[in-house]
Amino acid sequence: MSGDALISVRNLRTAFGAHVVHDNLNLDIERGEILGVVGGSGTGKTVLLNTILGLKSADGGDILFNGRHFSELGLSERRQIASHWGVLFQNGALFTSLSVLENVMAPLREHVDMPVSLMEEIAGMKLGLAGLDPSAATRFPSELSGGMRKRVALARALALDPEILFLDEPTAGLDPIGAAAFDSLILELSRALGLTVMMITHDLDSLYEICDRVAVLADKRVEAVAPIRELLNHPHPWIREYFHGPRGRAALAGKES
Amino acid sequence: MRGQNVDTAEQAGLVVREDGRKTVLEPHGDWLVDTIGRQDGPLRAVEASVAPGDIVIDLTHLGRIDTAGAYLLGRVTRRCGEPDGDFHYLGDHRTARRLIEEVRNRTTVCEPEREPTFGFMLAMARIGAGLEAAYVEAVHTFAFFGRTVTTGLRTAAQPWRFRLTPTVWAMEEVGVNALPIVSVLSFFIGAVVAFMGANLLRSVGFSVFTVELVGIAVLREFGVLITAIMLAARSDSAFTASIGAMKMQQEIDAMRVLGLDPYEALVLPRVVACVLMAPLLTFGAMVAGIFGGMLVAWSAQDISPALFFTRFHSELDWSHFWVGMSKAPVFGLVVAVIGCRQGMEVKGDVESLGRRVTASVVQSIFAVIVLEALFAMMYLELGI
Repeated sequence: MSGDALISVRNLRTAFGAHVVHDNLNLDIERGEILGVVGGSGTGKTVLLNTILGLKSADGGDILFNGRHFSELGLSERRQIASHWGVLFQNGALFTSLSVLENVMAPLREHVDMPVSLMEEIAGMKLGLAGLDPSAATRFPSELSGGMRKRVALARALALDPEILFLDEPTAGLDPIGAAAFDSLILELSRALGLTVMMITHDLDSLYEICDRVAVLADKRVEAVAPIRELLNHPHPWIREYFHGPRGRAALAGKES
Repeated sequence: MRGQNVDTAEQAGLVVREDGRKTVLEPHGDWLVDTIGRQDGPLRAVEASVAPGDIVIDLTHLGRIDTAGAYLLGRVTRRCGEPDGDFHYLGDHRTARRLIEEVRNRTTVCEPEREPTFGFMLAMARIGAGLEAAYVEAVHTFAFFGRTVTTGLRTAAQPWRFRLTPTVWAMEEVGVNALPIVSVLSFFIGAVVAFMGANLLRSVGFSVFTVELVGIAVLREFGVLITAIMLAARSDSAFTASIGAMKMQQEIDAMRVLGLDPYEALVLPRVVACVLMAPLLTFGAMVAGIFGGMLVAWSAQDISPALFFTRFHSELDWSHFWVGMSKAPVFGLVVAVIGCRQGMEVKGDVESLGRRVTASVVQSIFAVIVLEALFAMMYLELGI
């Protein structure tokens, strides 16, 4: 299955001092897929994301991007690759001193040569895609609710029409209608643009609805990667509990009805 | 699918041709966010001159497209009553039509309102807003001061509510840790005063008056002033930053919900620490300043330390010391109150934290200098 892997994580080991988070972790993210990542609190989902993004250095193992070792790339090549990534951090990570519109324009200003008026229009369009009202554009992040901040962060992540989208709990804090719209947007973009998505989520509906495969983090490694239907019969106790607990059953029932 | 880097993307191009009544737009190459920058102008020109119903987009030569390109292409037919009609499109493209429609359906565009950025009225409005802000600041600072005093009085009536540990911690932070820098600064100020006096007084033959000059200057004014300015620069900014960061993280809200009074838990320990430590720091500053003056007097004017101290005792009244000391707790109080209040005013954004720390240092030094002048007038009238 590593035939068309866009990102491959090989034998990854990460640790904070004596506390080992990942040990011998392997994961492939395939081109054009939507990969869900689940795991209990503290199993290092966000740490894995940060390691792939290069925000935290690995203590062992490799991360390959398009078959090339990330650590061997030069600074300019890394920047080039990173400009085609969109990242939605867990709490938004918006620039609090910029207005909503300026936040979305920030990557455009940095990487693209186009008239400012068009940048504003495109930023406004991305805000619309993320489900925000245009009237929010002139407000500042501190004046927004948590869900709205998340949408702004998504708009910013989408600003450069990235090749890969990393989402850290994108639907947490959204109302169910907003979460469903979010799912359909991700699915639509992924299908239309061939977007690759890695999505950390606990939203079982998202997992059922849009994820092509789901990776389960447990015991410091990826315990299983498979389409969600196959995971339902997985013997690992945590995975059983996760999908067959009350919420898991409700989501499954909702999906099948 | 989008390429791994921009170099492989083909430049976007646009050919406009007339076909009977219709205007046909032929996008060429890749219409991606990196490449469409130059197509904005030509498309605007078409939008302005052609009725939206007569525009046809020929997708035959279009390469790759992303949402930004789809937005730009879709913009020309947005004002048409039937923007997604088949008559708008020629040729076939794997994703373009779907993406154009998707982008249009999910977005409503409205131009952000722009406020005027110059002009006479705006200048007057800014002056007015500035004056009002200064007034409001003053009123709020006094209100905060009042609230701190009430909290202090309530705690005095219920002494078990007083937070000893944070107070002692703040005393160490504000007082003990500041002693070296305050002493060094004061030492140099004392030395400078002695140098100035030495030159001036030697020319009229009274160089021994350097002792009085150093004594009065350091005891009455400089010891306490250096202390207050260092408190403002060092502790007051730290108070604002730490309380402000707590405000940003909603820690203050959490305290309120838990029934903790932030004035009692955060403000009072810092204020008490400043009020208690300012006199001690001032004393340290006085000793260091006089020592500095004495060294200069000794080396530059041959006034031996023994002579210096004999004259110091015989000529200088204790009142100078008490005048300096009496100001210290007041300055400490003012600095701490301003620092804590500015911290409480921090809003959710980083910008406001920076603004508040600046305001806090500026206001407290301003207040210290103004109070210093008032004290000088008061003691002059009292004849002390």
